[in-house]
Amino acid sequence: MKFVDEFREPELITRTAAEIRRLADPQRHYRLMEVCGGHTHAIYRFGLKDLLPENIELVHGPGCPVCVLPMGRIDDGLAIASDPKVIFTAFGDMMRVPGANGSPLRHKARGVDIRIVYSPADALKLAQANPDRHVMFFAIGFETTAPSTALTLLRARALGVRNFSIFSNHVTIIPAMRAILDSPDMRIDAFIGPGHVSTVIGCRPYEWIAANEHKPVVVSGFEPLDILQAIVMILRQLNDGRAEVENQYKRVVPWEGNRAALKAIQEVFQLRSYFEWRGMGFISQSALALRDSFGEWDAERIFRTPGLRVTDPKAAQCGEVLKGVLKPSQCKLFGKECTPEMPVGALMVSSEGACAACYTYERRKYDLVTVGA
Amino acid sequence: MDSSARIRFRDPQIEMAHGAGGTASRRLIDHLFAPLLLNSASDPLPDAATVECGAASVAFTADSFVVKPLRFPGGSIGELAVNGTVNDLGVSGARAVALVVTYILEAGLPGDVLEREVRAMSRAAGAAGVAIVGGDTKVVENGKADGMYITTAGIGSPIPGVMLSARSVRPGDQVLLSGFIADHGVTILLARGELDLDAEICSDTRSVLPFVEALAQSAGPGLRWMRDPTRGGVATSLNELARDCRLSIHLRENKIPVRDAVRGACELLGLDALHIANEGQILAVVAPEHADAALESLRAIPGGSAACIIGEVREQPAGTVICATSYGGTRVVDMLVGDPLPRIC
Repeated sequence: MKFVDEFREPELITRTAAEIRRLADPQRHYRLMEVCGGHTHAIYRFGLKDLLPENIELVHGPGCPVCVLPMGRIDDGLAIASDPKVIFTAFGDMMRVPGANGSPLRHKARGVDIRIVYSPADALKLAQANPDRHVMFFAIGFETTAPSTALTLLRARALGVRNFSIFSNHVTIIPAMRAILDSPDMRIDAFIGPGHVSTVIGCRPYEWIAANEHKPVVVSGFEPLDILQAIVMILRQLNDGRAEVENQYKRVVPWEGNRAALKAIQEVFQLRSYFEWRGMGFISQSALALRDSFGEWDAERIFRTPGLRVTDPKAAQCGEVLKGVLKPSQCKLFGKECTPEMPVGALMVSSEGACAACYTYERRKYDLVTVGA
Repeated sequence: MDSSARIRFRDPQIEMAHGAGGTASRRLIDHLFAPLLLNSASDPLPDAATVECGAASVAFTADSFVVKPLRFPGGSIGELAVNGTVNDLGVSGARAVALVVTYILEAGLPGDVLEREVRAMSRAAGAAGVAIVGGDTKVVENGKADGMYITTAGIGSPIPGVMLSARSVRPGDQVLLSGFIADHGVTILLARGELDLDAEICSDTRSVLPFVEALAQSAGPGLRWMRDPTRGGVATSLNELARDCRLSIHLRENKIPVRDAVRGACELLGLDALHIANEGQILAVVAPEHADAALESLRAIPGGSAACIIGEVREQPAGTVICATSYGGTRVVDMLVGDPLPRIC
């Protein structure tokens, strides 16, 4: 398959892995954070850890939009869905994320009208096809998905579709990275920068990390070869004592980002003064709400929501795992009370969640205990 | 039947995942149906039961079909309903002899749609060499069923010399696959038209009996285990095998045949082809000394040219399916969790 197979070429991958082993200083321990959940998934799915020397530790970051969403937001969205006039729409990743009274999927099984869409544009089409209902799109994601939400809203306004709204949970990546760097228990040597977010925001927003924090950032693609090459670029910087922003994912990420997408975000959204992140607490200026001029399409203004803060189950250590302080398997609930099927925390739900990736691809790999029938 | 059996099924309500063939289906069967309904604790449960009927031994099974849409490239609900039961008998080592059919029809279903499906069933039964000998019809109100649901039940006669059991699988045995995977599931997904994706792919629905008979001939007593990897895909069938034989299945990722269009759709949608349903493939475990002959016999059958050996059985880690990437990494291949594609058969 074009544009995929080239980046999974066994010979190139073997050669790049050998280069990593050559560059890694055996006297040193490297902690590299892959910011994006897509990277976490790829690292587990392709078994990349098997190819790295032991002194390179990959730490997953906060870049999984489903994982960082606090439970209270899900409950607010589901409260809106309980209105029989409303059709609740969301991406498939959201469906199994537990709220305080069960996941969207569980509500759907009870008869609440909840539907999976693959794009907010499909939710808008659904609204046009059902003029006597109200279609609410539960929007999640970083700058990667915010432009498609914004463009859908611009289209809704242009078409005069009134029975459509957005419940915005869009967040921005830079404040989260800042929070991680500010966290006292965090020791990161460099970042594997998020690929898809950077197609929108470009590489400039990371420059302060290199300049002020002296940590290399290499924006990376999602295929095995992309990630390994990004690690090579990081090791070269660290070995040379450099800290720069570099772009490994040039075939997709323009240095300046995508102006049209940024303009659409600008037109539709404004920064919230603060927003709660699961496990990381309130981070100021880290999320997007609809501007006043789009108030007619803003589900948070149209509907009354409980707006409760729901604390995560006490024993779950999602926060520590999200910040990379704990490995998924070090959480007390991992693989016991919390599994992809019966998730306690969202990190066990999304395919981009560190716990789900670890559970699915790694859990039993080194476990030589016979599994009882 | 023991109505005092201890029931461990604790799920508060039935969800789509209980019908997806993955872990939730497993719980339903192991913790509710089996303890209350199944007399002889046949462990592990095969695709068809073997019943002693007078002097004869008969294989017996049933399967229901709720696919949406009713028609899709490469087939329709009627064909699936015949092939599904024929295949469940086939991979249990039996030749289908007779089927009965029950239809649940929705009021308002156009007569010509029904006729088309009945004709499809007649053709599929002819192709599979099985007789349809009876059935039943019920009609429900408009809006209560998506056009039609079909259930088929069938009996088969055991193919002489075939003895299948997960418990007979040994380290070193080879895992064979009859052809391209995930065609059916991805075809249905695209046929629903919700994705604005187009691809030239068809469902693989067909009788797998020719493959079964070829393996019985070529591998004889070396044929240990078979399964048609429908819901939950190859990953789920092999996880069940790993669990039942208490050994490990090691797959080689680059050996598993997946069409480019199917891979493309899976990459785009974040699906794993190993989890997606097939309706005309078989997985078989064969003793190593018979593997080459078995493979050759599969490839000699029309539609079997893509057959291959995709992995082997090893001792450790027991109960687990491991997939080796082509550059030396490995990952665990788990059972399907949840239901990415509801109502595909």
